[in-house]
Amino acid sequence: MNRLLRLNGVTKVFNPGGVNERIALRDISLHLAPGDVVAVIGSNGAGKSTLLNVVAGVYEIDTGIISLDGSPVQALPEHARAAQIGRVFQDPLLGTAASMTIEENLAMALRRGRRRGLRRGVSAGERELFREQLSLLGLGLEGRLSARVGLLSGGQRQALTVLMATIAAPKLLLLDEHTAALDPRTARTVLELTEKIIARHGLTTLMVTHNLEQALTVGNRTIMMHEGRIVLNLTEPERSNMHVSDLLLKFEQISGNTLDNDRMLLTARG
Amino acid sequence: MSLSIWLGALEQGLLWGAMVLGVYITFRVLNYADLTIDGSFTLGAAVATRLIFAGGNPWLATFLAVCAGAVAGLITGLLHTKLKIAPLLSGILVMIALYSINLRIMGQANLSLLRSDTIFTWMRHIHAGNAGPSLLGLAAVLLVSAGLYLFLQTELGMALRATGDNEQMIRSLGVNTDGTKLIGLAMGNALVAFSGGMVAQYQGFADIGMGIGMIIAGLASVIIGEALVGTLTLIRCLLAAVTGSIIYRAVIALVLQLGMPSTDLKLLTALIVIIALALPLFRERLGLKARRRERGEQIAQAERGNQSF
Repeated sequence: MNRLLRLNGVTKVFNPGGVNERIALRDISLHLAPGDVVAVIGSNGAGKSTLLNVVAGVYEIDTGIISLDGSPVQALPEHARAAQIGRVFQDPLLGTAASMTIEENLAMALRRGRRRGLRRGVSAGERELFREQLSLLGLGLEGRLSARVGLLSGGQRQALTVLMATIAAPKLLLLDEHTAALDPRTARTVLELTEKIIARHGLTTLMVTHNLEQALTVGNRTIMMHEGRIVLNLTEPERSNMHVSDLLLKFEQISGNTLDNDRMLLTARG
Repeated sequence: MSLSIWLGALEQGLLWGAMVLGVYITFRVLNYADLTIDGSFTLGAAVATRLIFAGGNPWLATFLAVCAGAVAGLITGLLHTKLKIAPLLSGILVMIALYSINLRIMGQANLSLLRSDTIFTWMRHIHAGNAGPSLLGLAAVLLVSAGLYLFLQTELGMALRATGDNEQMIRSLGVNTDGTKLIGLAMGNALVAFSGGMVAQYQGFADIGMGIGMIIAGLASVIIGEALVGTLTLIRCLLAAVTGSIIYRAVIALVLQLGMPSTDLKLLTALIVIIALALPLFRERLGLKARRRERGEQIAQAERGNQSF
């Protein structure tokens, strides 16, 4: 079968053998078809962020295989995998270089995975492309190419990060609660923007979220993690018939616990 | 004060300018507190002096001093990136190791260049007169600044700046940050050694202790320059480093003129840096207090207005 991302038997243990040993991922297998947009939910410490981090290459895995578009990548360092993987972090400050300008940030993102030499860092032709892409965000950033990113608001920076993560058309997009640190209105804008960009490029996406509503409406699949395992895999058409309350109930049945993700509960009640 | 003292400060500021630009690269651009600099400044001086002392071409000797500095920076970088030693410690280790190496290169603690041909005697041959050192220093600083200005706007230069700004981000864009750190440290220390090589020829000797406190002198210069010139654009940042270098040497010349013993200079430099680093904090606290008082008075006034009702 055609799979863009394939994780087979992936295990990750932090501090193995020590008193602080923590099994973050237990024998995870997960397959994403090209164009799949998968929401990942789970309680605190379920392994959601670790899952994204092992795919991106931040952590080495202990056992298992990770393959991207047919070739194994588990031995590649983070910067080598980055050629094919775009990422957006939760903290809007992490995705951009504050002391550099908007165009410089975008130009660095455009060179994702390419050899960087002594050519000019930003060319005139690229500026045109950046203006066009920025105008699609609808934030008025297209007129501020030479403004330092540090001057932008959190929401603007996160929108820019989403654009940077996708401008070089990566094979896979990883979103780690990328709207969680924003105020609700800005979060909605950034999410809509993200969905638009994903749809435009047909990007295969793994999106960690604490928002159960989001988890059921964004994309075409929802997986739930608990204690390092994937405990639920919801696909269409089953997913469309689920409500947030069903999801909460499912979680309690599976884990024997109530969901203890504080932010998740807040949004579930609200 | 006589003009010659100010001219001397200008000369020194320009000759030490390459060192300050090196500190700017590691400390500011790469955001790496690199203490190698104390050792690599002397290394540059030792290599240049030794080669000239042995009858070598002073230009070639200066060039090899630059190369030696780059290697020192590379070693610090390798200790940090490959052996995962903390930045501060990597620099200190190489600095200490260089003390022995510099002594070996020089063969003695102080090596004089009396009657040897240096790049400055060459300037005299082309009838530059008294302006020789200033012209050479200016040429060096202009060349280095222009080179840095162009480099920092290339793809690689931007990756280097991003490594200092946000390492996680630039790695997620596919840059091997170990590589950019190595390049930055090599460049910074090459510039510092370049300066050391020129300074040794300027003063006519290399001394094993001439690099002590260089990192603080460089930092003081960068901070002074940034306060005066600002950091809004890349050109301003580079100009700030050079201006800071000249002002710093002028301050040193001034306090020496006022009768401060030269042995107290390092204490003075340390105090300058401490004050400069603490200044933003004090300003913020004072500002906060003023704001609080203002708001408090507003509230009190509003209350009084209510009571009179």
